[in-house]
Amino acid sequence: MAQLEKTNTEVGKEGGNHSNFPPFDTSTFPSQILWFIIAFGFLYWFMSKRALPQIGKVIEDRKARIARDLDDATAMQQKADAAAAAHEKTLAEARANAQALAQAARDHATAETDARRKTADAEIAAKIAEAEKQIGATRKQAMSNVADIARDAAGAIVERLGGRPADPAAVKAAVDRVA
Amino acid sequence: MASESGPAINPIEQFSIHPVVPISIAGHDFSLTNSGLYMLLAVAVSCLIAAIGARGGSGVPGRLQSLAEMGYEFIAGMVRSAAGEHGMRFFPLVFSIFFFILICNVVGLVPYTFTVTSQIVITAALALLVFFTVVIIGIAEHGMGFFKLFVPSGVPIYILPLVVAIEIISFLSRPLSHSVRLFANMLAGHITLNVFGGFVVMLLGAGAATGVLAILPFAMTIGLYALELLVAFLQAYVFAMLTCMYLNDALHPGGH
Repeated sequence: MAQLEKTNTEVGKEGGNHSNFPPFDTSTFPSQILWFIIAFGFLYWFMSKRALPQIGKVIEDRKARIARDLDDATAMQQKADAAAAAHEKTLAEARANAQALAQAARDHATAETDARRKTADAEIAAKIAEAEKQIGATRKQAMSNVADIARDAAGAIVERLGGRPADPAAVKAAVDRVA
Repeated sequence: MASESGPAINPIEQFSIHPVVPISIAGHDFSLTNSGLYMLLAVAVSCLIAAIGARGGSGVPGRLQSLAEMGYEFIAGMVRSAAGEHGMRFFPLVFSIFFFILICNVVGLVPYTFTVTSQIVITAALALLVFFTVVIIGIAEHGMGFFKLFVPSGVPIYILPLVVAIEIISFLSRPLSHSVRLFANMLAGHITLNVFGGFVVMLLGAGAATGVLAILPFAMTIGLYALELLVAFLQAYVFAMLTCMYLNDALHPGGH
């Protein structure tokens, strides 16, 4: 083979068909072109008919699958959000209920206390009124006793000074005028 | 080999073609050469990656699966942005071109391998494939309307002939620039790598004192290798991108 090459080179120096520079050696062109057509033809056939449609399908499938998975994830996320919102709502409702109950209990207790205080107040007022009445009566009685004492004292004084018993009616009238 | 000149380094030798399986049809040489072998290898690698991508497997992609899908979406995005939704029927063509060039470029960077894309005949075949696809699809889709491509709208009538002439020349020179760009990039990169690699060998072979200096071209080779990896990807991208733009012309001739 080396021998052949050498021969080629030597011929190339003389003849016009061959060249010292291998890429310009036209004697190799027919075979190179033939094998290029065979190799590239097969490559093109394989790529256009076999490989590329398949690869395209693989990529499309994967894209579709990723899109589907993403959609699923979004849907699940929405579901989770809805569940969270529902939970939040329930919680808020329960809280509101509890507050209403507490308020009602508080109101009830306040009303009861008020009522009790009112009755107690009324009782106390009644008792006070009664006591005041009693005091009034007692005072009236005491005052009448005082008038009696004053009449007695006035009668006695008049008797001692005048030397004779005083007219009880006159004394009574005098005392009542002063009182 | 004389000691003062060191070991002979021929940076062109890596591009030489030699038959692996000699085949002769009607007196013409159609041997399976190293070039053909590496083309078949690149096709096999491309198909393997694509087949793994097509198998799908489970929902979570593995590394090769991701590679196939990344390539798919990368090229699909490129075709869609450059040639529109209508251009998606050329997606398999652009995908095949991109992967063929990319795998050929990357495989060629493995030491002792052959770089198919450093053969002008292969890059020219790819560029002409694109060129004729553009012309045939353009005329089939738009008939004579395809030639509106050469008549940009809004150009004053008195310079129109000049503009049309320039447009036609630029259109016809497309396959040339399209193919030479890839060919020259791969060729130059491999020659440079070979030359700097050769310096390392020469300095090491010349003795202990100069052997220390070999670290310099060695570092250079590493840097260049990284650059070449970038170029391998970039040139495949550029070729595929230009293919998309040319196909866009075939689909929308009046659109620029």
